[in-house]
Amino acid sequence: MTKHTIQLTINDQTRTISIDARKTLLDALREDCNLTGAHAGCEHGVCGACTVIVEGEPVRSCLMFAVQAQGKTIRTVEGLAQGSALHPMQKAFTEQHAVQCGYCTPGFLMLTVAALEKTPHMDDEALREVVASNLCRCTGYENILAAVRIAADDMRRRP
Amino acid sequence: MNAKPQGVIGQSVQRLEDRPLIIGKGMFVGDISFAHQLHMRIVRSTSAHGLIKRIDAQAARALPGVHAVWTAQDIPEIGPIDFREGKIEKLEPYRQPVLAIDRVRYVGEPVAAIFASDAYIAEDAADLVEIEIEDLPVIMDARAATGDFAPGLSSEAAIITQGFGDTASVFATAYAVVEIDVTVGRHSGVPLETRGAIGRYDAARDVLELHGAAKVPHKNKETLARLFGRPAAALHLFETHVGGGFGVRGEIYPEDILVLAAALRFGGAVKWIEDRREHLMAANQSREQHHKTRAAVDEKGTLLAIENEFWHDQGAYPRTHAMRVAETTCGILPGPYRVGAYKALGHYRLTNKTPAATYRAPGRYETNFVRERLLDAIAAKLKISRIDVRKQNLISSDEMPYARPLCVLEDDVSYDSGDYVGLLDKSLKAIKWDELQGELAERRKRGELVGVGLATFVEKSGLGPTDGAHVCVDTTGAIEVITGGASVGQGFETVMAQVCAEALGVDYRNIRVVHGRTDRIDFGIGAHASRATVMTANAVHAAALIVREKALSFAAELLQSDAAMLDIIEGRVIRRGESEGPSITLGEIANHLRPAAKLRRGREPGLSADGWFDTDHQVYPYGNQIAVVSIDRETCAVNVEQYVIAYDIGRAINPVLVRGQILGGFAQGLGGALYEEFLYDERGEPLSVTFVDYLMPTANEVPNVEVIIAEDAPSPRNPLGIKGAGESGIAAVGAAIASAVDDALSSPGAVTQLPITPQRLKKIMNRLGRA
Amino acid sequence: MKPAPFTYHRPLSIDEAARILSDVAEHDGRIIAGGQSLAPMMAFRVARPHHLVDINEIAALDVLTIEDAALRIGARVRHARFIPGAIAGPTGELFAKVMPNIANYSVRSRGTFCGSLAHADPASEWCALATLLDAEIIAHSVRGERRIDVRDYFDGAMSTTLAPDEIVIEARMPVLREGTRTGFYEFSRRKGDFAIAMAIVAFSVENGRITSPRVSIGGAEPYPRRIHEAEAALDGAAPDAAAFAAAADAAAAAVDPMEDAMTDAAYRRDIVRAATRRGLEQAMQ
Repeated sequence: MTKHTIQLTINDQTRTISIDARKTLLDALREDCNLTGAHAGCEHGVCGACTVIVEGEPVRSCLMFAVQAQGKTIRTVEGLAQGSALHPMQKAFTEQHAVQCGYCTPGFLMLTVAALEKTPHMDDEALREVVASNLCRCTGYENILAAVRIAADDMRRRP
Repeated sequence: MNAKPQGVIGQSVQRLEDRPLIIGKGMFVGDISFAHQLHMRIVRSTSAHGLIKRIDAQAARALPGVHAVWTAQDIPEIGPIDFREGKIEKLEPYRQPVLAIDRVRYVGEPVAAIFASDAYIAEDAADLVEIEIEDLPVIMDARAATGDFAPGLSSEAAIITQGFGDTASVFATAYAVVEIDVTVGRHSGVPLETRGAIGRYDAARDVLELHGAAKVPHKNKETLARLFGRPAAALHLFETHVGGGFGVRGEIYPEDILVLAAALRFGGAVKWIEDRREHLMAANQSREQHHKTRAAVDEKGTLLAIENEFWHDQGAYPRTHAMRVAETTCGILPGPYRVGAYKALGHYRLTNKTPAATYRAPGRYETNFVRERLLDAIAAKLKISRIDVRKQNLISSDEMPYARPLCVLEDDVSYDSGDYVGLLDKSLKAIKWDELQGELAERRKRGELVGVGLATFVEKSGLGPTDGAHVCVDTTGAIEVITGGASVGQGFETVMAQVCAEALGVDYRNIRVVHGRTDRIDFGIGAHASRATVMTANAVHAAALIVREKALSFAAELLQSDAAMLDIIEGRVIRRGESEGPSITLGEIANHLRPAAKLRRGREPGLSADGWFDTDHQVYPYGNQIAVVSIDRETCAVNVEQYVIAYDIGRAINPVLVRGQILGGFAQGLGGALYEEFLYDERGEPLSVTFVDYLMPTANEVPNVEVIIAEDAPSPRNPLGIKGAGESGIAAVGAAIASAVDDALSSPGAVTQLPITPQRLKKIMNRLGRA
Repeated sequence: MKPAPFTYHRPLSIDEAARILSDVAEHDGRIIAGGQSLAPMMAFRVARPHHLVDINEIAALDVLTIEDAALRIGARVRHARFIPGAIAGPTGELFAKVMPNIANYSVRSRGTFCGSLAHADPASEWCALATLLDAEIIAHSVRGERRIDVRDYFDGAMSTTLAPDEIVIEARMPVLREGTRTGFYEFSRRKGDFAIAMAIVAFSVENGRITSPRVSIGGAEPYPRRIHEAEAALDGAAPDAAAFAAAADAAAAAVDPMEDAMTDAAYRRDIVRAATRRGLEQAMQ
């Protein structure tokens, strides 16, 4: 198998990695970039635990091959906080007890951040529809929805 | 003796666990890698029952990057998987081998193991292993005729009985007999993180390590040390972050043993991460039981006797729990009600499905459904209200403690405290039961199918017999609490820190809680059976109080004061009531207690202590759930419009975390009630091996829930009055929703099977002429 | 669940893609666009293409426009593009009604309309919509361009009449007349799941009578189709409950529903009836 050498801009940092064509973006992030925040929950695109932001869009990184991300700009959960300052979504997740085991959390953070950056004003139904894209097995979603509502307000207030 | 409360117990403080989890620095088993690790891939049976004729692994072995391929004959030294609580004579011959020997008994059973340099290559190699199997007939229904597990061994591995009183004579003379025939579907915990295990052999120290342990690391260490013939100090388990437990994670499965065996043999690290398809065909499933249950009642609906015969579909093998779910089913079925006589007869049957074991509220989700169906049936038969039939049979608070000659988890059932009727009244008030009846009647007149249902239940929690903890203050004043507990994401660290903080008089954020490390503490029972907060927190409390005593007695000497006059506020010992004046910090005391410290003068070194908490009995929280549902007359989809859960926890250490447990449990319970089911075809092929087929609720399906956390009946069985929280949200969801669906159809007893899928409901509604 | 090995190709033009596919088609070469269906199949190894031809870098496939009263949707147009206002008129309204029902937010930001047509899942909303709108599928290969009438396009569940070397580069469909009323209803156990059945409808009302009725049923049979019996029941009728019920009954009677472990034909037929009536009712709102 020929290795592909690709360049990715991840959380504002350019990386060059060498991977097989079949390697998923998820595995490449985790194994080749040491970014293990995105998790494999199902590896068939249903649970969303692997969600990262590619070119501004929420992407299930288990359904994208790393080689397809050549030259693209990627954001992962590791890049969400600015230094020690948490992103409003992270802050809201911890304050609203939207985290239990935390396995699905990075996926929910990246999903909801991407959605709200694209569409800052979403009504409750639209927010629920976004949150319904990913699976959580611990929280029953109520606190996740509460966190997303609060973070949405917070994000709108910030430039 | 009690420490002056700093007030952190009972506060919904933020979790200590969150920060790494929200910044992507969690350390789940898949996130751990060791240099030069091998990746294991399991080759699984594609036949539900058959004889292995031939395994050809030549092509797999020849693939570049493949280190080894094992079948059963490569590991003759490794016996079948033991039960957690030791030897169980009659089940010994049914134990699962680590890799199938001669015969496979479910689709997904491990047959061979690949060890390769990379997970992708390991999967390529697994595809190349040819397994020839001669199919045998399958048993896919626990009620069907029994067959042979092996020549001379019946698929009915055990019959379990419990009971008291002479049910036969009660039934013979009762005013009325009510009988139901109901089924709970096969579903399970399905955590978002699949299983995973890394075996690592450290030859330099001759220590075998298992990373990725969960739930019961110490118990599993005992079992594994026995299996590998290693002394206790030569095998250690390490818990990582765990992406949801729910009973499924943390059992010893074949894969855990294989990574250890391979690490030993190859002398390095061997990593295995389960994929989702494997998880849905190989991790423990649960819940599938068929009950024929009947009650004898008098003309007022008083429960005189219950007979409960059931068929427990264990799947292909007993797992580490052995018969716990079926035994709990026997012991807990009468629940919160008085019953004059009771007889349970359980058929513990092996079938050709994935093996089963516990799932959050094991034996209770099932029996709450069965028993509450029975209560509804009694109400219908005697034309009394569903509330009245419950209220008159609920055990009253003045009957507490209430013992009955039944057994749950080797523990005699004895309810410690509770006001069951009082809590039911709270829920009825919250949902405005009487007004609601009028609203529902109005809507029904307009042609809607709407209804309300309820269920009451008693939980069990705080499984003993003991737990220990070590609390140590370092010279900076930072505190480490070492427990034999485990975290499966429920907030264990925060709760232990809160309990320690309050007893010791420190900020909970200055406490680091260790769990799931067999190299740090010798003893532990882990986190299951809603035991962690009850058992481990009480042990932490005990240890913290000893440390407090030590600190105060030494401080009394140093401050030339009477210890009784001293208090600890925010880690500083002061004179009671004096914010100014002489004081000393816990860190300074710890400094004076260094082994070489001058002032120590014969005192035991270190500001630290072990604490233990022993108990004779579990503690019994209780609750009730009320559901309002509507049914789409055409699609037959059930929509849960309103839901109330009331639960008496005794004492809530952190109410927001308790509520989180209840909400999460509810969502899973909703899954089991309406959506989730492991289906198999007639040949034993599993049909629910993707997330497109195994339907877990999303945010679209889960309604908001009104949670009432009561502290009316603290447990008299522990100093903190705690009862467990983990399983209350899930426990009665099937029961309450079934009752509500019946009500919506104005047809008591209509629902006999979970999950209530639209397809099944359509058939019911067609039969009733309601579609 | 790691995919089997494949060779990756990343053409920058339609012609280059066609050339590559022509070379690799006989070695199980496949096009990948959004990958939201193909990648999961590869993860389960039920699809094991030896070559993947990635068309995501072909800018020419971004077309989304109305030309000569026909809507053109290029092969790189993702589901999420069909928000209200993206396409004018009743056609755009209908696309915007259907779009939020596809899978979930993340999948919609990556999956493509033409990819759905190529994948041809029985429960694909876009396949049912293309059927309703009498779409043409533009298939491109080194042999040239072929226009396939949607009625000749589906060949079975997840099967089409595309040749192995053909790429769906675009779908074209006549836009609905101004004033056309449209409706959509689907039922699945959870929102976003593959529907048990769905109905998409369009009709006009002139002088109190239904004209040009169209009823497309998806999810019930191996591939969607227009149900002429239901359309006949509507044509010329007043748009009232009786007509909608008659059309719903006609649709239910006309389909030959698929069955699976959970769902028998009778239930699916009932869902077709309910979906048709609800779709028609929605069109009147």
